[in-house]
Amino acid sequence: MSEPLAIEIRNLYKIFGARPRAHVDAVRQGMTKAQLNERHRHVLGLRDINLSVAPGSIQVVMGLSGSGKSTLIRHINRLIEPTVGEIVIDGRDVVTMTPAELRRFRRLQTAMVFQKFALLPHRTVLDNVSYGLEVQGVARADRHRTAMRWVQRVGLGGYETRYPSQLSGGMQQRVGLARALANDAPILLMDEAYSALDPLIRHDMQTVLLDLQKEVRKTIVFITHDFDEALRIGDRIALLRDGSIIQQGTGQEMVLRPADDYVSSFVQHVDRARIVRVDSVMLPLTDDAGGPRVGATTSLGEAIRTMSAEGSDRVTVLDEGGRPVGTVPMTRAVAVAAGGS
Amino acid sequence: MPDWINSFPQMNEETLRNLKRVIDDGFREFTRSYGTMIEGIFDPLRQMLIHAERLMLGMPWPLTLLILGVLAWLGSRSVRLTAASVLTLAAIGYFGMWDDTMRTVAMILVCTLVAIAVGIPLGILMARSDRVQSWLNPMLDVMQTMPSFVYLIPVVMLLGIGRVAGMIAVVVYALPPIVRLTNLGVREVDPEVIEAADAFGSSAWQKLWNVQMPLALPTIMAGINQTIMMALAMVVIASMIGVQGLGQPVLRAISNQYFTLGMFNGFAIVGIAIIFDRISQAFGRRLQKHRGGHDV
Repeated sequence: MSEPLAIEIRNLYKIFGARPRAHVDAVRQGMTKAQLNERHRHVLGLRDINLSVAPGSIQVVMGLSGSGKSTLIRHINRLIEPTVGEIVIDGRDVVTMTPAELRRFRRLQTAMVFQKFALLPHRTVLDNVSYGLEVQGVARADRHRTAMRWVQRVGLGGYETRYPSQLSGGMQQRVGLARALANDAPILLMDEAYSALDPLIRHDMQTVLLDLQKEVRKTIVFITHDFDEALRIGDRIALLRDGSIIQQGTGQEMVLRPADDYVSSFVQHVDRARIVRVDSVMLPLTDDAGGPRVGATTSLGEAIRTMSAEGSDRVTVLDEGGRPVGTVPMTRAVAVAAGGS
Repeated sequence: MPDWINSFPQMNEETLRNLKRVIDDGFREFTRSYGTMIEGIFDPLRQMLIHAERLMLGMPWPLTLLILGVLAWLGSRSVRLTAASVLTLAAIGYFGMWDDTMRTVAMILVCTLVAIAVGIPLGILMARSDRVQSWLNPMLDVMQTMPSFVYLIPVVMLLGIGRVAGMIAVVVYALPPIVRLTNLGVREVDPEVIEAADAFGSSAWQKLWNVQMPLALPTIMAGINQTIMMALAMVVIASMIGVQGLGQPVLRAISNQYFTLGMFNGFAIVGIAIIFDRISQAFGRRLQKHRGGHDV
């Protein structure tokens, strides 16, 4: 299996229009999206994006439609050319690659899953899943063997000779996922991969992805407009609005310390008892700390249930090595879960 | 009212006459110096036409009917269509038009092959470049609307009366649909599927062969179907410059007012047109089986 790779995006700008480069300086000096559109008839796609994705982690990019999230993910494999900026992967700037280098990079380093599946309608499930390998020039028998394994791994065994039009949306996206995974590329790009699916199927597919990630450890960039999905899947989340990143961090950081009202409006409906972990709200250990002992990654809700069950007014938080590192009183747990800080 | 408003200001008669003469002389000169060379270029096509005709005429008729039946079956998988095709051709033969029909079929086959060989690459080029499209579109318009007799004049001057001139006339007339529909089919391919092909690092060729052509194929098949139909429609006109086949009896019928002869041969043309049309359409539909939602 390939080693996971980091993705480093630096000072990335994208302006759509006839002469995008002419307006970069104005945008750098603070011209807004509306002004740029009104005065120069150019559309600001992305403004000064800086994003580091750790190897083997899931980075969610979250935003509403028109925020630039799909534009951003297409820069990583350069389906869209940036106006200025750098995208460094494995020591190479994707932006400066020649067409041949770029093809090689796309074949071996990245794989992509699309919102509307984008399967090849004239090919069977098996031939869709082996498409990436076929492009790489892998022999037919070999690519079918690999593809078959992934078809089965995503739960589509027995459907390999069907055509995409014969499958439901959820099954089609399993094909899309298998096609991306069959490449064994270290980077997986998922563009609103689950947005077209029913809520139950979506939850199902999130589980499939999280389970797979434990095995394959890819660097995943996952685009979504659904904050609950972002919280469930993302190791880190970047929130995009009008082409700028407003806040990035872990889901908990966003829930507990939203950068502005816009972020707050997203996080206010979140079930904090389920999302917030005890180690992010714990108080320093005191002598009288006691009560049941819980792990650092325990959610507030679980901690509250534990305390009620044991009739205790506090829990002691243990780190990974089992040492006590802090304490959470019942009053604090309830206050944070109910929306305090 | 002044006089000049009623008569359009036209070029001096003398100048106009000279202009036409200069162009005519120039072309005649060109024909004299390059005619043989151009004839040489088209010679392989002439050979191909002769061989195709010999093949069709030389084939024993039961074999011809059998081949038609097999093609109809492979294309459509329909007993009715297969039987109807074979019976139609048999009826045409029974009414004494077998040899002329075979000549026409040979001509149509070669013309269609040439149109495909020229038209599909042109259509692909057109789909890949807006500039090529903006150049080719008006040329295709000219080919479709210019009365065939007009471009037959220079063709006959260059190549003389006969098969090759006829074939050029037919191909010029029948080429536009295959070019246009190839262009349309390739351009129509879902951009998201193209993006997926790009995202997996497909080269331009891989994209063309694995994605664009297969997805455009039903539309291209419709173009081939149209090309065959238009080629058949040209049969009578082509017979005016010496192409043998079903067109010649029609021509004779027109000049001598032989009502029945004209009708018989006319219906024979309609008959083979319907056979070609139904088989190629059924084949086109079967290419789209993946679009159906049911189990195959």
